[in-house]
Amino acid sequence: MRLFKIALRNIFRNKRRSAMTGSAVAVATVAVLIFGAFISYMFAAFQTNVVQRAGHLTVFRTGYFLFGAGNPAAYGIGDYRSVMKLIGDDPVLKQKIWVMTPSLALYGIAGNFSNDTSKTFVGIGVVPSDRERMRQWNEFGAGRPFVPDSKLSDDDSTRGTIGVGLARILGFCGPLKVPNCPVLPAEVKSPTKQVAALNDQFTDLVAQDVPPPEASRAGGMPTVDLLAATAGGAPNVVSLRLSGADPQSVKEFDDNYVGMHLGLAQQLLYGRGEHKITSIVLQLNHSDEMSVVRARLASLFKEHNLDLEVRDFAELNPFYTQTRSFFGAVFLFIALIMGVIVLFTVVNTMSMTVMERTTEIGMTRALGVRRRSIRRQFITEGWMLGAIGATAGIAVAYVVATLVNNAGLSWTPPANVTPIPLKLFLFNRLTLVAATWIGLVLMATLAAFIPANRAAKLPVVDALRHV
Amino acid sequence: MTVDAQGHPGSSVGEAAAVRLRNVVKTYGPAAVGVAALKGIDLEIPRRRFSMIVGPSGSGKTTLLNLIGCIDVPSSGTVEVCNQDVAKLSDNSVSDFRARNIGFIFQSFNLMPVLSAYENVEYPLLLVGTPARERRERTLAMLEAVGLLEQQRRWPNELSGGQKQRVAIARALVKQPEVVLADEPTANLDSRTGASIIDLMRRMQTDFHTTFIFSTHDPELMSHAEETFVIRDGELVQPETGRLQ
Repeated sequence: MRLFKIALRNIFRNKRRSAMTGSAVAVATVAVLIFGAFISYMFAAFQTNVVQRAGHLTVFRTGYFLFGAGNPAAYGIGDYRSVMKLIGDDPVLKQKIWVMTPSLALYGIAGNFSNDTSKTFVGIGVVPSDRERMRQWNEFGAGRPFVPDSKLSDDDSTRGTIGVGLARILGFCGPLKVPNCPVLPAEVKSPTKQVAALNDQFTDLVAQDVPPPEASRAGGMPTVDLLAATAGGAPNVVSLRLSGADPQSVKEFDDNYVGMHLGLAQQLLYGRGEHKITSIVLQLNHSDEMSVVRARLASLFKEHNLDLEVRDFAELNPFYTQTRSFFGAVFLFIALIMGVIVLFTVVNTMSMTVMERTTEIGMTRALGVRRRSIRRQFITEGWMLGAIGATAGIAVAYVVATLVNNAGLSWTPPANVTPIPLKLFLFNRLTLVAATWIGLVLMATLAAFIPANRAAKLPVVDALRHV
Repeated sequence: MTVDAQGHPGSSVGEAAAVRLRNVVKTYGPAAVGVAALKGIDLEIPRRRFSMIVGPSGSGKTTLLNLIGCIDVPSSGTVEVCNQDVAKLSDNSVSDFRARNIGFIFQSFNLMPVLSAYENVEYPLLLVGTPARERRERTLAMLEAVGLLEQQRRWPNELSGGQKQRVAIARALVKQPEVVLADEPTANLDSRTGASIIDLMRRMQTDFHTTFIFSTHDPELMSHAEETFVIRDGELVQPETGRLQ
């Protein structure tokens, strides 16, 4: 108690210097916490975005993840409704699943024959209402406010969307009224002989396709024709009425994306054969239950001898993991720099303190204070400077976080195409706050050790003679 | 060993000396080119006396007190304080020895600026683990003895030079040490305050039956001493003749 009392009084002995040192520690604390809080929010926003689109876990036929892109039809999950019922009826899983929905990925060629353009596409067939529910998932409060999207509908399997890039390439920007989307140059629109020939072939195939309902055609939506190879290897074509264009975060994907109703995708890929899917997407109530659900799914599939595997969203989105690692490294780097700044500041302050109090050190040693008590005294003062500065820094960081969270700022995080509210996740990040406080206080304590040790080793007579 | 009326151990020179130095040499700097501050001092300082070490500046008074106070070690020779050869003690043991047996009064007071007058006096008792209640009683008694009870809450920078030195005297005596060393305690005070400090120390020595060793360069103060040792150029000389002892 006496030790702390004397240390505290010594800190306030030179108020200006202690204030400067404490401020340096506080600024370091604020910097680490604010950046940490921003990263926490960014990770949460990033994860929310990914999970809203792709769920937490995805069930594939074994091997699809590695080889399925070459032949998705070959890795289809047949009788998927039974599999989904098995999962949905499981007493452990049904409590933890927010949305479970089938999905079908497919690849082919998309054509706009009104201007003779075509492009390979990456399509995904979904259950629109399930995807709408998935977009409402916002466990961390880091997603953008939910806005209903009616581009796809459970009741109309002919409707779909395409990426803004694909809309641009196929010349749909005008018909779809896509903002900031360049219109196809006029000279490219004139058909060549080759295109005309292909057009004829396509037209024949389109003629064989099931025509969309008249009611839908009456909507006046532009139509894109999709050509793909069926599971049996035969070419198949369907018409997709475009209800809009959805920008995708990665340009390559934006230039290829086609979103459609699951039924239409199955019709394109499987024709009149058995309609399969390529994956079952699971979105959970809570992200931290992912490993439990994954383990349960694995045991369930093994128990029922199903040739299925489970992948989580991080595996399916390497960009997520890479971005996390990158910002984690940046955070560590900044924390390290702040730690070094605190180290040098406290070393400097404590060295000056020791120099100024050399005679006092000699006097206390003469009175019978042991070397280790001298060392402890100065280390305590360094620790206390760090503790006061770090505590003040936490208070300032909370104020800054409150101001930022209520300022109505927005930003566009990685893998997003629209801005989301800018927030700092500090209030529920006790680990971040505690680790920052402990880390910087520890650094201040370590910094005080060097001058404290020097003070303890001073010969009493020399210290008393010091002027 | 004899015991006096107050129950304290005997105090004649013939009995155990408080301090015993045998052929003590202290050289500063490397042996070959070092400066000899003390040149073979043999000295016995009797217990519970007001002894004075007198000598001009640079004669070795402070070095001698440092050795007696166990805050420095001799280049050769032995230093015994309270019958303890201090050279045989470890660093921690010497610290503990000082904490229990030696009180210091410095020329420039050397009070801890972050402690009040009361806390400065109390401080040595904390080092020897005195219980809180006893600590308080002894501290207050000592402050009263030096006439500073009213100023007990004041900080050192709120006290005059004389008051500071009174606090230092109280601090040195509060743990009732065997030996109190005062290195030119009046040098930073005006003559009137200095005289009052000498009187106070003399009175305290009598009241507390402590061995007081006082160094000064002022021969006029010799009249206050019961025992006087004159030192010149690192050697003890006869007080009357000035010849080497």
